Amino acid sequence: MSLWLQIFQFVLSGLTTGSTYALVAIGFSLIHNATGIVNFAQGEFVMLGGMFMITFHSFLRLPMVLAFVLTIICVAAVGLLLERGPINRARSKEILILVMITVGASISIKGLSMMIWGKNPMTLPPFSGENPLIFLGAAIMPQSLWIFGITLLVVIALSYFFRGTMAGKAMRAVAASRRTALLSGIPVERMILLSFTLSGALGAAAGVILTPITTTSYDVGVMMGLKGFSAAILGGYGSMPGAVVGGLLLGVLESLGAGLISSEYKDAMAFLILLIVLFFKPTGILGKGSFKRV
Amino acid sequence: MGKQNKIYLILFALGVFALPLFLRNNYHLMVLNISALNILVVIGLNLLMGFAGQISLGHAAFFGLGAYFSGILTTTFGFPTWPTILLAMAITAGVAFGIGVPTLKLEGHYLVMATLGFNVIIYIVMIQLESLTGGPSGFSGIPRPELGGFIFDSDRKYYYLLWTVSLGALLLSLNLIHSRVGRAMAALRQNEIAARCAGIDTKAYKVKIFVLSAAMASLAGSLYAHYITFISPGTFSFFYSLQVVTMVLVGGIGSLWGSVLGALLLTILPEALHAVKEYNVLVYGLILTGVLVFFPHGLLTGMAGIWRGREKRVAAGMEKTIS
Repeated sequence: MSLWLQIFQFVLSGLTTGSTYALVAIGFSLIHNATGIVNFAQGEFVMLGGMFMITFHSFLRLPMVLAFVLTIICVAAVGLLLERGPINRARSKEILILVMITVGASISIKGLSMMIWGKNPMTLPPFSGENPLIFLGAAIMPQSLWIFGITLLVVIALSYFFRGTMAGKAMRAVAASRRTALLSGIPVERMILLSFTLSGALGAAAGVILTPITTTSYDVGVMMGLKGFSAAILGGYGSMPGAVVGGLLLGVLESLGAGLISSEYKDAMAFLILLIVLFFKPTGILGKGSFKRV
Repeated sequence: MGKQNKIYLILFALGVFALPLFLRNNYHLMVLNISALNILVVIGLNLLMGFAGQISLGHAAFFGLGAYFSGILTTTFGFPTWPTILLAMAITAGVAFGIGVPTLKLEGHYLVMATLGFNVIIYIVMIQLESLTGGPSGFSGIPRPELGGFIFDSDRKYYYLLWTVSLGALLLSLNLIHSRVGRAMAALRQNEIAARCAGIDTKAYKVKIFVLSAAMASLAGSLYAHYITFISPGTFSFFYSLQVVTMVLVGGIGSLWGSVLGALLLTILPEALHAVKEYNVLVYGLILTGVLVFFPHGLLTGMAGIWRGREKRVAAGMEKTIS
């Protein structure tokens, strides 16, 4: 295989995983915009997505579409409970404390999942077969097409939600200024709740579509969260298009790094990129600089 | 350091040094030795969390860097023990500086993710760099340290070494927070903008505290390696970072005595309750979340507050009027 074809192949597989990073990164941005919190449990949503899907589809033998919908609902409910429970009840509303609460929640979810689903890695069958399609000489798994398609669908649906619906516009208002939004009669509390629920749903979707490729186990959440966060920083923290660009770019860089340099240190790439971006352009590729009023 | 703190410290030190006379069981001594190491890490971490207002989820990595540098350099390359411990601290401090400078100049909580990422990377490196670190099966045969012909070769001898270092660190840290530097840090934690207006270089302080805190973890790691004489990557996973953060939070952010109690409590308690070990991850997660939700200023201060309910309500009222 020629080098160019090889690179093309790496780019394709990078775009596949990158799409799921983008979904996680959007989840980070949603919660960050509504509350200013870095939600550490974001990666656990991805893990739960895979786990619930396996439970519904492989164990309970529910049809795929129904299992998918149920999974999204369940994980969205976990996001909702996280907000209604610990975040909302916290005695101190300091960001530092709230961030640490999401860390605690993420560890609790991980520990609970270990008890429920055990320690062994599990997988899902691909949505439609395992025969690779040949595209310009490179092989693509049908699952990759599903991942591209579903990610694209989610991104289109979200941009419609933010531009075209009242609730979406209200969420953007909260992101712009919480106080002004409150003064114009927007139920800020409910918007925060919605941001956690949506993030849960996004994480679940990422988990369901990614599991047939990468398998899942109770402890994949931390790494997924870290990659999603790096993607969000890379694209510009808090920006939706930034999250998508950051996710895809991170996926491609990681895949090229693993393929051309060293596959053992594949997971180190995301972190290295995170540090480099923070060092040279902390606002990310599409992020805007921000002013701070004193 | 106030007079009261001095008295507490002297009493505490007397108690600590008298305790081994009543302990026959080496296992008990070992648990207390591990507590001393945890206290060292937790005090350093609390300086960062309580005074720079930043969280590190990578202290296991700094602890691990100390352990692996000390272990590999003394065992494989025959370096002398004590200078190597200092060298490991210096290298770890340099690494922390490299992470701290880009992340701490930014507004917000980038350090949390950067340190978490760093922890994950160091863990991968420990496993992958098999020729140097022994990979997943670990690195053994690290020598016990020696000082002027005296070899620290029993749990009892090591007890005095570890507690001397930990109490020394506590003394220095108590001095630090009651010095000009400490007051500058307290101002920074209270209100960064106001502190900057008062001429405090808040960014430089944050980086310095982070570096100091990493160096303390590295010291603890080196001492751990020479004590247990065997190290493996599992000890330095992200979970240990989380444990020490939980110890800080249980003891109370910004309270160094709280850190001592938090570290003791969370080191001894899991040993006492064996059933807990199975569900370690879940238990730590629930403790962490519970403490943060209900006692954001620490379990110990929170408990004391419940016993003296009235005082707490008065204090809360005061806090409200101030803010």
